[in-house]
Amino acid sequence: MAKSYSEINDKIKSGKAVVLTAEEVSELSRSLSPKEIAQKVDVVTTGTFGAMCSSGAFINFGHASPPIRMEKIELNGIRVSGGLAAVDTYIGATDCNPERPAYGGAHLIEDLVNGKKITLEAWGKGTDCYPRKHIRTTIALDSVNEAILYNPRNAYQNYNVATNSTDRIKHTYMGTLLPRFRNAAYSTAGELSPLINDPECRTIGLGTRIFLCGTEGYVTWNGTQFHSTKEVNAFGIPTGNARTIAVIGDLKKMSPDFLRAAYYEKYGISLFVGIGIPIPILDEEMARRVSIRNEQIETTIIDYGAGNRVLGKTNYAALRSGEIVLNGQKIRTAPVASLVKAREIADRLKEWIARGQFLLSEPVRPMPVGTSLRSLEDDNTPETCSHS
Amino acid sequence: MIKKVVLSFPVDATDRSLTYDLVKIYDIRINILKAEIEAGKSGKLLVELDADEAALADGLSYLESNGVTVSLLASKISYDKERCINCGNCASACFAKALTIGEPDWELHFNPEKCIVCKLCLKSCPLKLFRIEFADNIE
Repeated sequence: MAKSYSEINDKIKSGKAVVLTAEEVSELSRSLSPKEIAQKVDVVTTGTFGAMCSSGAFINFGHASPPIRMEKIELNGIRVSGGLAAVDTYIGATDCNPERPAYGGAHLIEDLVNGKKITLEAWGKGTDCYPRKHIRTTIALDSVNEAILYNPRNAYQNYNVATNSTDRIKHTYMGTLLPRFRNAAYSTAGELSPLINDPECRTIGLGTRIFLCGTEGYVTWNGTQFHSTKEVNAFGIPTGNARTIAVIGDLKKMSPDFLRAAYYEKYGISLFVGIGIPIPILDEEMARRVSIRNEQIETTIIDYGAGNRVLGKTNYAALRSGEIVLNGQKIRTAPVASLVKAREIADRLKEWIARGQFLLSEPVRPMPVGTSLRSLEDDNTPETCSHS
Repeated sequence: MIKKVVLSFPVDATDRSLTYDLVKIYDIRINILKAEIEAGKSGKLLVELDADEAALADGLSYLESNGVTVSLLASKISYDKERCINCGNCASACFAKALTIGEPDWELHFNPEKCIVCKLCLKSCPLKLFRIEFADNIE
C-alpha cells in the first residue's frame, strides 16, 4: 500500500512515524521483505561526511559610511570573489593565497561558524554613488547580514576507489596514495550514503529538505557534473561517480561539528560537509531501494598514478574489510571520509524526525534524466585525440 | 627481537663509528628511522635494532660505555583526539599499521608500538592534528 508525503508527515507530527537509519534498515532487510519493510517503516535517514571541494558561502557584509563598491576583497588575506554587487562575496572553499596554501576559503567558513573575527579589507575605484576606495575592518558571523552556505556539487552518488601503481607517493584529494598499490582509499559511506538509497532520485529533487552541517538545508538543483546515465550494476547502483546535488543552508545556524576545513598536502583546500537526506518509504519499491547493503554496492578502482586508468571493480563490504584483491594482489584499504560522523548525522536526523521537528518535503521539480558529462577540449588538441 | 630506541650521542662520540660497531661486532641489524647527527656536535638517532636479546643487550651496553644515552622510544607521534573527525586519511597512509580505523567503531586507533615515525600522518591529516615530539623523549 502506497503512502503519500502528507500521510508520512501526519505521522511525524503525531510522533507515530517509524524512522530507521539506512544501516538499520539494511540489517532489517536480511529478515524482512521490501513489502514488510514498506508496511513497518515510514522514513529512512542517510548520512555522509566527506571532503566536498565544490562548496562555499555567500556573504553580505552590510554597507559602510561612506559606502564602497568592493571590487577586490580579502578576508584574512585570502582573495575572495569581488564579482558580486557592492558588499557581497562568495567565499569558495578552495580560495587561497598561493604563498600560504594551507589556509583558505574553507578555513574562513569554519572560522566564521566558530564565531571568530575575520579581517576584511576591500578596494574599489570609487564611484559617484560609492565614493569610498578602501576599507579595513573586522567582521564576524553575527555582524554580517547574511551568510549562506551554497554548494554547487555535493554528496556524490558513489565515488571511485583511488590507488597508485607508480613508484612514487601521490598526494591527492583522495589522500596520500602509497607507491605500488600499498593502499587504496574510498570515500563513500556505502549503504548509509544518501544518493545510494534513492539511486534514481525518485524522492530527492529541487526543494528536498535535508540535514546540512547541523541545521536544515535544501536541495536547490541537480549538482554540477550530474551524470545520470552511468553504468549500473544488478542492484541498480551506478558503479562510479554519478549523480550529485546542489545544496543551500543558513551558515549562521551551522555547527562546527559537521563542517570542517581540510588541507591536502600538495593538493589544496577542501571542506568536510555533513549531509543527511531523509528517504520517505512511499511504497515497496522505495523499501527495496533503501534495503541495499554494502556487498551490493559496487564501485570502480582507479589508478590515480597512471592517468586514471580503470583497474577493476569492488564493493563496500570488501572495502570495509580492510583489504581488497586486485589481479591476485592484496591491497590495504582505508576510508578518507568519516563513517563515525555519517552515522552521527543519520542518527541526528532520525531523532529530529522522530520528535516531530523535521518534516519531509516533496520535490517541486525532479532531477534531470539522460545526462552525461562533457569533457573540456583543448584548442590545440588534434581532433583524433579523444578523452575518456 | 626488535627494539626501537633513540640514541643520543655526546659531542665526543659523533666522530666515532659506533653504529658500525653494532653491526660488525654485535651482529645487530639497524634500520635508521631518523637522524639528527653532525660530526663535532651532539646528535640523535632513532633506530630500530633487530638481534637476539643477548646481542642487543651487549650492543646497547657498548654504546652506553661510550657515552651514548639509550632511551626507549615511547609515543613519538601524537594527535588532537578532540578535534579528530575519524576520516581515515592518516590510517590510509600509515603503512606501518600504527594508525588504524575499522570495525566495529570506525574510530581512529593509534598503537605507538608499531609507529616508525615516518611522519606521513603529519602530511596526510587534512585537519593537521598530528604533532611529532622528538626531543621530549630523549631523557
